[in-house]
Parts: sequence; C-alpha cells; structure tokens
Amino acid sequence: MATPYQDRIIKAPALNIGDEIYYDAASQGRLLVKQCADCKKYHHYPRALCPFCFSDKTEWKEAKGTGTIYTYSVTRRAGPDVYTIAYVTLDEGVSMLTNIVDCDHDAIRIGQKVKVVFKPAEGGMAIPMFAPA
Amino acid sequence: MSIKGKAYIAGAFEHPTRKATNISVAQLHAECAKGALADAGLSLKDVDGYFCAGDAPGLSGPMTMSDYMGLRPRHIDSTDAGGSSYLVHVSHAAQAIAMGKCNVALITLAGRPRSEGHSGTKPRVVGANFPDAPFESPYGPVTVNLYAMAAMRHMHQFGTTSEQLAWIKVAASHHAQHNPLAMLRDVVTVEDVVGSPMVADPLHRLDCCVVSDGGGALIVVRPEIARSLKRPLVKVIGAGEAPKGQRGGEVDLTYTGAAWSGPAAFSEAGVTPSDIKYASIYDSFTITVLLQLEDLGFCKKGEGGKFVSDGNLISGSGRLPFNTDGGGLCNNHPANRGGMTKIIECVRQLRGEAHPRVQVKNCDVALAQGIGGLLSTRHNSATLIMERE
Repeated sequence: MATPYQDRIIKAPALNIGDEIYYDAASQGRLLVKQCADCKKYHHYPRALCPFCFSDKTEWKEAKGTGTIYTYSVTRRAGPDVYTIAYVTLDEGVSMLTNIVDCDHDAIRIGQKVKVVFKPAEGGMAIPMFAPA
Repeated sequence: MSIKGKAYIAGAFEHPTRKATNISVAQLHAECAKGALADAGLSLKDVDGYFCAGDAPGLSGPMTMSDYMGLRPRHIDSTDAGGSSYLVHVSHAAQAIAMGKCNVALITLAGRPRSEGHSGTKPRVVGANFPDAPFESPYGPVTVNLYAMAAMRHMHQFGTTSEQLAWIKVAASHHAQHNPLAMLRDVVTVEDVVGSPMVADPLHRLDCCVVSDGGGALIVVRPEIARSLKRPLVKVIGAGEAPKGQRGGEVDLTYTGAAWSGPAAFSEAGVTPSDIKYASIYDSFTITVLLQLEDLGFCKKGEGGKFVSDGNLISGSGRLPFNTDGGGLCNNHPANRGGMTKIIECVRQLRGEAHPRVQVKNCDVALAQGIGGLLSTRHNSATLIMERE
C-alpha cells in the first residue's frame, strides 16, 4: 500500500503580536525555538513568558532542524487531500505539531528521524514541516 | 470543606430529538430545562442558579438564556470546558449551594451540529488572539486526527490494537440496541469496526461518535429540597477538574487530565475505582474511553486494551458496565458535547430507571467522566462521582 504525498493548499495563519519573528525566520529557511534565559529550558509553541518558570527573559534560538516522530495520523477523510499530522520531538527536546511531507504517507513510522523543510502557505508565507531525514 | 453530600441531582432530562431541523438552539435549551424541572417536580420560579457553557447562544449564555427562559438567577456560571463543561457545572453548583449562593441550580446544554453540518473532520473555529493557533492551524488539526495521534502513540508504546479499541464500540452497540432513541441501534462486531473506512489512522469510522442535534438539562438542589421531592436521591459525593495541554512542548499523549481529576474526585468521595458499579465515560472516540479508564485507575496504564476486550464493558456480563444508553458512539452527542448525557445516564442507573436490559443491579455508586476540547493539543478532564441514598 502506498499513499503518495501531494502538496495541499495551506491557509496562512493570522499571527499574534510577537509571532512575526518566528515566521520571518521560517521565510529565510530557519526554524526557531524559544529558550528561557533563566531556567534554560526550551519551550514550544513560543511565548513571551516561560511556561516553566514564568521568567520574561525568553530568547529565540535557531533549532538544529532535526527531530524524531513522536506520533502521527494520516488524515484520509478530512477535506480533499490526504495529509499526515504529527508531533515531532526536536533534538532540543520539545515536541511541535507539524506535518510530515515529501514521502509515502503509508511508510511513516513513530521513531523515524526527520528534518525540517518549508512549505508555502497561500500568499507565500513559509510553514515549517518535516520530511524523512 | 468538600462538596460531599452538599447537593443532589433532583432532575435530569435528555431531549429526544437527534435531528432538530425545525427547532432553534434557544428553544432546545428551554425544552431541556422544562423537561428537567418536570422530572424533579419543580417549576421555573424555583430556579435561582443557572449554569451553561459555550453552546448556549447569545450575547453571553447566562444573560441571553436567562432572559429567553424568564429566569431570575442570583448565581450564574458559564464555565466552558468543551464537552466536559456540564460535569464541572454539577461540581460548581454543589459548591454554590454549599456556600448558600443558590438552592436550585439549572444546567442546560443544546445544539444542532447535525443540522448545521459541523463534524469532527472540519477545522475548528479559530478565534482572534488564540496564542497557539499560528503554530497549529497550518497543519490541518481537526477533532478526529487530534484523538487519532493519541491512539497511534498508545499502540506504539503499549501494543494496543485496533481490535481492542473496537471492543469499546461493540459494547456501546450492545447497549444501544435497547435504546429506541439511539441513532445507531445495530449491534456491531469487532470485524465491523476494523473493516469500516479509515478516517484518520488508526481510527476508523466506527471508532468515532455520532454527530447529533439535541440537548439535556440537570437540576441540582440542596439536600432539604431533594428530600422534599418525590424522586430517588442521587447525591453528589466527589468531583475533580483538570485541564491538560502540551505542557510547554513536553508532550505526552499516553495520559489525559483524568489522571489528575480522577484522584481528586475519588479522594473527595472517599471511594475507589472498585466501588464504582456503573461508569459513564466520554466516548468521542474509542481511544478516549480507553485512556480515561486507565487514568481513573480501573486498570493499569497501558493495559486498557486488555481491560476493554471480550465484552468487559457490557452491562450484565462485563466487570465495568459503561455507557448503557449507547453513549456518543451509538446514541447521541448533542452539540458535539457529550458530558451532559454522561451524567444523565448515571442518574438513570442510580435511580434504577435505566432500560431493564442494561440496568446495573444494586447500582449505588456511579461515576461520570468527560474529556472536553481536543485530546492531543489541549483538553479538560472532569470527573464526577454520585451515590444513591
């Protein structure tokens, strides 16, 4: 069984104040992750206040862009396209909601090593997704 | 200070409709309220507390629906925790009654997602200022795949199978055959479930609950009022509530907020899982049931698949009869929020008013458990324990 990958139309997200930095970096091919300057822990999704110690000294760091699939679901009957939603655990330790792309959906497995790629949303905004490493 | 014994559920009503083509949402709320009051033997003017959640229409639920129904409450609460809201409301009503803030609390739920075309494969509405949405909406999160990812992880980590999950649907269908109002009354087999179309791996169509219109309502009263009425006494003895999200990126989908709300409720009630004769477990999807059963301590973490297999949830033969009305998997799921109907079936069981074919013998302690929201990103768990007096 194989379910080939096809690009789908992605609606660009409406950003909140402070989110532009993340998506500006994505448009330059860089994946950012927030780290707390006080407790040193990474977190995702990015916030102004650390969700572990409530410090307001959170900093953007460039992630290595590699990680491991924690879980996934090939979504077959929600709209016109088949797509795979997933949580990828970055090498920095935090897990992020994402899509697994550029591969046979039926060959995706938990524990698989993946690397970040960027897919365009409508209007050209770059969205971080992951493909087999 | 606890809510144990401070309040009783004196009235319960489930709207018979499953498709409300010609009834407005506000009318459904009011019809449910009227039904619950009649069940309790109380009237509109007795209500001095009103509880509703995000399904209540208007400028705000308490303002608009109090006005629509002609209520004059002195205590309102519109805590919205998705489908678990109504379990939270019973607990909050008991607290308000204990504090003297009201005597007769009305809780309503109603909605028309079937008529309006809302289902678990549609994108959820993202409001302005959602802090998480810019980092999630591009990835196509819908209700079903956000539960499916928890199932996929459970299978990977504990060896749970699709056949084991299917047993949850099979048990629900055995109960639904006795409910003339249930949307799906045919008894199904494990083969039927795993042979139904895959919606979002590993969840098949028959792993998913129905989409239905309808509603329900409850009346929660102080003990003196409960004793003055002619209905069997259903006492609230313990409750817990716990939101659980992505925990800053430390995502662990092997457990739910029930791991926190459950122990809180059991501790308050002074009972343990082995005391529970009947359990209503929110069944948005089969995996939702399995995770909650583990988290509540009915079996060990990772052993839910074995626990639910071979009819163990079927009333009359299994160790833990669950969702004897057919649950969300077969009966109904009004407003896409299943917490209300979970409590209503507990009330029927504790009163001895469930269908004779599914009534649990000597049902003296029952538990209702709900998960509202979206399991894999952010949800709320609410646990409610009730006792027949």
